[in-house]
Amino acid sequence: MADFAAYRTLKPSFTRQRRVLALGILTLLLTNLFTFVGPWVAKLAIDGLQARLTATTLLRYCSLIIGAALLQGLFRYWSRLQVIGVSREVEFDLRNLVFTRLLAQGPEFFQRHRIGDLMSRATSDIEAVRMVVGPGIMQLANTVFTFVIAIAMMLSLDPVLTLWSLLPMPAIALVMYLSAQLYHRRFLDVQVQQARLNSAAQENFSGIRVVKTYGLEEAQREVFLSANREYLARNMRLARALGFFHPLVAMIAGLGTLIVLWAGGRRIIAGGCTLGTLVAFMALFGLMTWPTIALGWVVSLFQRGSAAMGRINEILLAPVAVADPADPVAPAASSGGASLEFRRLTFTYPGRADAALRELSFAVAAGERVAIVGRTGSGKSTLLSLIPRLWPLADGCVFVDGVDVNRQRLERLRAGIGFVPQETFLFSDTIAANIALPEGEVDASTLAEVAAAGATAQFADDVAGFPDGWSTLVGERGITLSGGQKQRAAIARALLRRPRLLILDDALSSVDTETEERILDGVMRAHPERTVVFVSHRLSTMRRADRILVLEGGALVESGTHEALMAAGGSYRRLIDQQLLTEELEREDG
Amino acid sequence: MRHDHLIDEIEPRGFDRALLRRLLGYLAPYRGEVAFSILLLFGAALLQLVGPYLVKVGIDQYIAAGNLSGLDRVALLFIAAALAGFALRYAQTLLTYRIGQRAMMDLRLAVFDRIEAQSLAYFDRNPTGRLMTRVGSDVEVLQELFSSGAITVFGDLFTVIGVVAAMLAINVRLALVSFAVLPLLFGATILFRSRVRRSFRAIRQKVARMNSYLNEHLSGIAVVKLFWRERSAAARFESINDEHRQAFLGAVQAYAIFFPVVEFIGALAMALLLGYGGVQIIGGTLSFGSLVAFLEYVQRFYKPVQDLAEKFNILQSAMAAAERIFSVLDSVPEIRDPEAPAPAGRARGAVEFRDVSFSYKPGEEILRNISLAIAPGELVAIVGATGAGKSSIISLLGRLYDPQSGAVLLDGRDVREYTQRHLHRQMAVVLQDVFLFSGTVRGNIALGNPQITPEATEEAARRVGADSFIRRLPRGYETEVGERGALLSVGQKQLLSFARALAHDPPLLILDEATSSVDSESEMLIQQALAVLFAGRTSIVIAHRLSTIRGADRIVTLHKGRIRESGTHAELLHLNGIYAKLHRLQYS
Repeated sequence: MADFAAYRTLKPSFTRQRRVLALGILTLLLTNLFTFVGPWVAKLAIDGLQARLTATTLLRYCSLIIGAALLQGLFRYWSRLQVIGVSREVEFDLRNLVFTRLLAQGPEFFQRHRIGDLMSRATSDIEAVRMVVGPGIMQLANTVFTFVIAIAMMLSLDPVLTLWSLLPMPAIALVMYLSAQLYHRRFLDVQVQQARLNSAAQENFSGIRVVKTYGLEEAQREVFLSANREYLARNMRLARALGFFHPLVAMIAGLGTLIVLWAGGRRIIAGGCTLGTLVAFMALFGLMTWPTIALGWVVSLFQRGSAAMGRINEILLAPVAVADPADPVAPAASSGGASLEFRRLTFTYPGRADAALRELSFAVAAGERVAIVGRTGSGKSTLLSLIPRLWPLADGCVFVDGVDVNRQRLERLRAGIGFVPQETFLFSDTIAANIALPEGEVDASTLAEVAAAGATAQFADDVAGFPDGWSTLVGERGITLSGGQKQRAAIARALLRRPRLLILDDALSSVDTETEERILDGVMRAHPERTVVFVSHRLSTMRRADRILVLEGGALVESGTHEALMAAGGSYRRLIDQQLLTEELEREDG
Repeated sequence: MRHDHLIDEIEPRGFDRALLRRLLGYLAPYRGEVAFSILLLFGAALLQLVGPYLVKVGIDQYIAAGNLSGLDRVALLFIAAALAGFALRYAQTLLTYRIGQRAMMDLRLAVFDRIEAQSLAYFDRNPTGRLMTRVGSDVEVLQELFSSGAITVFGDLFTVIGVVAAMLAINVRLALVSFAVLPLLFGATILFRSRVRRSFRAIRQKVARMNSYLNEHLSGIAVVKLFWRERSAAARFESINDEHRQAFLGAVQAYAIFFPVVEFIGALAMALLLGYGGVQIIGGTLSFGSLVAFLEYVQRFYKPVQDLAEKFNILQSAMAAAERIFSVLDSVPEIRDPEAPAPAGRARGAVEFRDVSFSYKPGEEILRNISLAIAPGELVAIVGATGAGKSSIISLLGRLYDPQSGAVLLDGRDVREYTQRHLHRQMAVVLQDVFLFSGTVRGNIALGNPQITPEATEEAARRVGADSFIRRLPRGYETEVGERGALLSVGQKQLLSFARALAHDPPLLILDEATSSVDSESEMLIQQALAVLFAGRTSIVIAHRLSTIRGADRIVTLHKGRIRESGTHAELLHLNGIYAKLHRLQYS
């Protein structure tokens, strides 16, 4: 059955909305009260008609019904607006909360959870919870009120007939209970099979190359077909439960009318009650039928809702690996470049056995330009990603401006760093917005800064050729940028923030050598005080470094100027020789 | 790509007859069941009318007359009608469900088959996620229409018609009085529908906007973090979320008005009935039973009318899903089999590229005027820097794409003359990135080919040296490989893919050699396995590690889409051209 403890994360939101919700439920009660005026008046009218009532009284009864219906409508409107409105508010809060929590998570979280899965939690699971909070609560309250009022009215009209007519109620309750169990199981079975069906299709589509080259089309279709067959069979099992219990509840509820007619008829004949009472009972049963049937629906809503809430809680309650420290330390303010130090850093990615970086120690002075070289997989990118603390790391290993990064406020730490990663991510927005990453629209002064940063990144000429200049849309709805253009946009993005430490992780690999030279001139010469740490494969770029660090298998094996390392004839020398050959091959004409 | 994207954003057009007709076409194979189901609905609707009528008879004929045994008879009839109604509804629900499920299974398979028949270029353009939406959630939406909407609409219609007929039969004037409120009901429904449709359009836009913002910011989370945009992203999301909420509040408003209005109209009908019926009773032209029966019938009238309005919404979202699905079904595969395929037998393995030029995108030629003839049984290696066009050679040979000019021949015939199936059976392609299906190790070698016996599977594994590590796995050949083979190392996966190729014993072997580094023990195993694999068949190797191909009959260097050099290892080294440079690069 429903697990109510899961809903505890909604408490703050509910607390904020409790007045509106209370008012909504109160108006719901009023709605239900007025709903019962109709049957009551009908009874009076029928009894009156038997005793020859006047046309004026009849008219008064009719206007009473209409008046009550008007009030009922008004209260129904209010109560829906409030209760359903509250559910939308709770949904709004919950979704904001989920998004904020997701933003706080680091890369290891996104490796564990696929984005599609997180998306469905942020959309359909939240919707399932909202269905509980809104329609679920509303229908539950509606059913309770209807029952209480109807039974009270019945008792006041004719206690004996009430006992008779409530006979089917225990049966309905039993059927409800049994069916809820069965639905739940069969519904889960269907969902599990649906997931299998989808993964059969997904595997086939993502392995399409193997499927086609080994001629597996038939076999794959067979796999998909049998998953489909099982899905059908399970759906039919669910349908048998639905098809049996729904009409059963409707039938039992209908038997109430029969009992009223039969037992009530006998009482009328015996003189125990009036025809008006019988009519009122029938009308009351009419009012109770739908809430009774809806009860089953409410039960399934609550079940689905608590499963969804559990999945949402996995996001809300997930520990955050990289967070602000309790008592942050701010480094002394400086307008110059940032200094950097690694002290015996050994780093292992979460869930991996081998260390990616081993016993790494070095310091970079403010304003220094340091190149990091090494083969693929030697740990260059890992090293760079630890400076802005993208991964959780041990205390006392990485220092920026003399303060352990673990002790600095994340925003302050990252604000001083301009990081250009290997792969550029662009949002589907304008180029200017992608560079400025503004809070809202890009204003004129921001646009001027974008243009300046874009010019330094040698991107302005390209942009001038685009239909809307800096306001050209990129991504899904706009133009597609080349690899080199994307990289230059990313450089501009980093430069715009005037970082004290610039990190380039092989950030110019798709830009030709001459453009790269011009970009680096702009970046380094224009701001001699800026600290720059970069990874590159190009010899011309490496030469710009004051110092070169060579990584091998996560360890620092050589360090020094280009000339010194070339003279030493070690790893660096070998790397450079290979690099020269590769560059020579690239120049070979086609 | 732009086109496909547009398809994702199709606005439902509401009632599109051609679309609806095509959709209903999926019910055609089950027309007998559909007819029977409608018949059952008709019966169930009729039985619904029996209750109020029995109430009328009970009151007028027996309660008024004090006839107890008559009342018992009415009660028994009532029970019989209730039981029959239950049985009919049960049968009808099952039948309708089954029709819907089967029709949707047919549709799902049709979509699957159509996607499967597409060329690889299609899969490059359409990410798996998008294809999954077509097969998964879009079909799911239609399933709802078929299982609960399409057929039960008849039930609602029958009920409405039946109620109208029953009321007219009992008392024409009273019936007409009750119908007096109908124009109000229809008017309210029409107003509501246009208002809700507007809200839903706004909602769909906001939902799409919110989802894409969410998707994008989760994909680009690193940028958000590196540029400390967490707070502004959260603020932006909140405003998008707020628009989403506002859009929904519009619909909440519409529903909050509609439901009370319908209830009010119902109360109005009741007041009219009571007033007019009361006057008639006073005048002695109407019985009490008839009035009570009318009060019951009027109640039964509103539910189906409301349901019909609700089903219109299901229909609308189903239409949008149907349009997207049909656009998949209507996309013609770019690579098709010939009408009269060449006779199929085991190929000898002679391969020829005759002046082949190829590009993925117009203006960006990957291969330029490639001519290359490979004799049966020859081992040819193709080398070149990244982006030289090596992998495109494999794709053209397997006819995953067609070249823009020139021809690729197998045994002297253009590959376009064979069926794709036959062509693919002639070659085993071992790719860099080994794709493992979920299932056992054995299943991943035999790939469901009935001709590959368990013994043959193990023999193949033994010959490529995979047997020993497989036997060390927890359940040997029956070990589940886990999602994408998470359990196996890169080298092990590679050996497994060799065993797969060897077990299928094709006349042609194409190897796109792995660049990823493996430990030296695996490296040695792989080199030994390759020698086994090359024996007795034409082999084409796209080589990255030159050590693999030193023994090749011929080495061809591809540079910027053209063949530049061709010869044995020794000859090419002597030539001191591109191959020599590549060689020095690896062994300096």
